[in-house]
Amino acid sequence: MREGRPPAFYALAAVFGLFVLFLYGPMVTIIVLSFQGPTGGLTLPLHGVSVHWFVRLWDGLGVVDIWAAFGRSLRLGVVVMVLTVVISLLAGYAFRRGFRGASVVFYTAVASLIVPSIIVSLGIAVQFRLLDAAIAWIGGGLGLAAVTEGFTTSAGTFTSGLGAHLTWTLPFGLLIMFAVFNRFDPRYEEAARDLGATPWQTFRHVVLPLIAPSLVGIGLFGFTLSWDEAARSSQAFGSDQNTLPLELTGLTTTVTNPEIYALGTVTTTVSFAVILVSLLLFRTLRRR
Amino acid sequence: MAGGGAGTSVLLRPPSVPATTAAGAWLRRLTSRAAAPYWQVAPLALVFAFFFLLPLAVTVAVSAWRYNEYSMTPALVGDNYAAVFSGCLTELPSLCLTFKTYLSTLKFCVLAWLLTLVLGFTVAYFLAFHVRSLTGQVVLFLVCTIPFWTSNVIRMISWVPLLGRNGLVNSVLLAAGVRREPFTWLLFSDFSVVLAFVHLYTMFMIVPIFNSMGRIDRALLEAARDAGASGWQTLWNVVVPLSKPGIVIGSIFVVTMVMGDYVTIGVMGGQQIASVGKVIQVQLSYLQFPLAAANAVVLLAAVLVVIATMTRLVDVRKEL
Repeated sequence: MREGRPPAFYALAAVFGLFVLFLYGPMVTIIVLSFQGPTGGLTLPLHGVSVHWFVRLWDGLGVVDIWAAFGRSLRLGVVVMVLTVVISLLAGYAFRRGFRGASVVFYTAVASLIVPSIIVSLGIAVQFRLLDAAIAWIGGGLGLAAVTEGFTTSAGTFTSGLGAHLTWTLPFGLLIMFAVFNRFDPRYEEAARDLGATPWQTFRHVVLPLIAPSLVGIGLFGFTLSWDEAARSSQAFGSDQNTLPLELTGLTTTVTNPEIYALGTVTTTVSFAVILVSLLLFRTLRRR
Repeated sequence: MAGGGAGTSVLLRPPSVPATTAAGAWLRRLTSRAAAPYWQVAPLALVFAFFFLLPLAVTVAVSAWRYNEYSMTPALVGDNYAAVFSGCLTELPSLCLTFKTYLSTLKFCVLAWLLTLVLGFTVAYFLAFHVRSLTGQVVLFLVCTIPFWTSNVIRMISWVPLLGRNGLVNSVLLAAGVRREPFTWLLFSDFSVVLAFVHLYTMFMIVPIFNSMGRIDRALLEAARDAGASGWQTLWNVVVPLSKPGIVIGSIFVVTMVMGDYVTIGVMGGQQIASVGKVIQVQLSYLQFPLAAANAVVLLAAVLVVIATMTRLVDVRKEL
C-alpha cells in the first residue's frame, strides 16, 4: 500500500515544473522565432511562418564564414569525443590498479575543471607563442626551408585548440570512469581469467560489453562539451580558426535579425541529435 | 566516484627471470603487468602536463616579463602587478579599477550562489525524496541535465526575445495595462546576467546535492519523525547537514565559474559590465600578454583562496 502524497509534494512539484519551464521555455522561443516570416524581427509575434532565415543562413552570413566554422567544430568535436573516450578508459584502468602519483594526477584533473577557462586559454596562447618563437629561432639557425619559408604558427584547431578542449572534457571522462569502476564487480574478470582468457580477451569480451553504455556517456560529454565550448577556446585557436561557438558569441553583438536564431536552432538540433543517439545507444547496449 | 586508491600501490617487481642484459631487464620491466598503469595513465597525464600545467607555469613566468607593443622579453619585474593594482592604495578610500571589478564580480558570485543553491537544493530534494520510482528519478534527472549538453551561448541569447524592450515580458505587461512604459533593466543589465547564471549553472548544484541526498539512509528520516521532529526540523537538522558535501562541491563549481566568467557577463551585460575575465581578454587583444598574465595570476590566487575556504567546511576527498 502506498502512502498518500504529503502537501509538500505538490508545492515541490510546482517548483520543479516551473524550473523545467525556466530551463526549456527560452530555448523553445528561439526555435519558434527562427521560423519568423521575412518581415519579422527579433521578438514575438511571428509575422508569418517561413524558412527565410534558414535560407539566408545557408547562403552564409556575409562577413564571417559560418559554414567553415561549422565544419571545423564538427570535425574537432568528433576527434575530441574519440580521444576523450580512449584516454579516459585507459586512465580509468590505471587508477583502478593504482600507481605512484595517482593523487597528483587526480587533483590535476579536478584543478583543470575548476581553474577559470580564460586563464587556461591565455596560458595555451602564450605557450604556443613562445613555441613559435623557439621553432622560428631553431629552424632559422639550421636553415630549414620549411621554417624559413612560410612558417607562421604552430597554434591551430588540431594542436592548441584540441589540447584546450581536452583539458575540459577529460576531467568529466575520468570522473565517469571512477563511477563506473566503483560499481564494477571484479569477479566477472576473475571468472574470465579462470576460464583461461588472456587479458585482451577479458577486456574485449567481458569488460567492454559491460561498460560500453558508460563509454557512450563519456562520448556524449566529449562531443557536446567540445561542440559548445567558447570560454576556453577564445585565445587557444590560431587566427582565422574560429569555432562555431566563438563565431556565435561574436554574432550576438552584430546580428540584428532572426538569422542568429536560425543558427541557434541548427546548432541545438545537432546537440539534440547527438544526445538522442547517445541515449538510444545507451539503452540498446544496456539491454544486451 | 572514487579518489582511485590514491597513490597507495608500490611498483611491483616483475616475475623474477634473471636479466641477462640491462636493456633486456628494462624491456621486461616496461612490458610487465606492474608497469601497465603507468603507460595507461600516460596519455592523460601528458595532455594535462602540456595543455594545463605548462601553460599555467608559462603564465606565472610571463607575468614577470617586460613588454612593449612589439615583443616581450624575459625578466623578473613586478611592473605588471604594479600596473594591475595601480592607484589601489593611493586612491583610497575610492576604489581603483581592479578593486571595483572584483567587487562587481563578488556581487555576482554571491547572488548566483544564493539563487542556484536554493533552487538546486529544492529541485534535488524533490527528486531524491518525493519521486518514488527509480525510472521517474532517472527521467526527471535527465530533463534537468539535457540543457547542459547544449550551447551556453544559445541559451543566453534565447532570453533576448523574452526580456528585450519589445520582448514578451514587456509586451504582456503593456497589454495588461500593468505598465505604461516597458522595463529597460530586464536585458543587458545586472539582472539579466544573474538570471543567465542561474539558468546555466543550477545544474551544477543539482547533481552533487542529489548525489549526497541519495546516500542518506531513509531510516534516519523516519527516526527523526518518530522522535517528534516536524518536517522543517527534519529538513534543517538531518537533510541539510548530510547534504553538506554536495552543497560544498556545487558551491565551488558555481562560484569559480562566475569568478572567471566573461562570456556570460559579456553577452548578457551587453558588453557593458566589467569582469576580470573581460579585462584579461581585452589586454590579450592588444597583445599585452605579460599584463594579462599578471591579472590571470591574481585571479587564480583569488580562486584558490575561495576554494581553500570552502573545502575547510568539508573533506571533499571523502565524497568522490
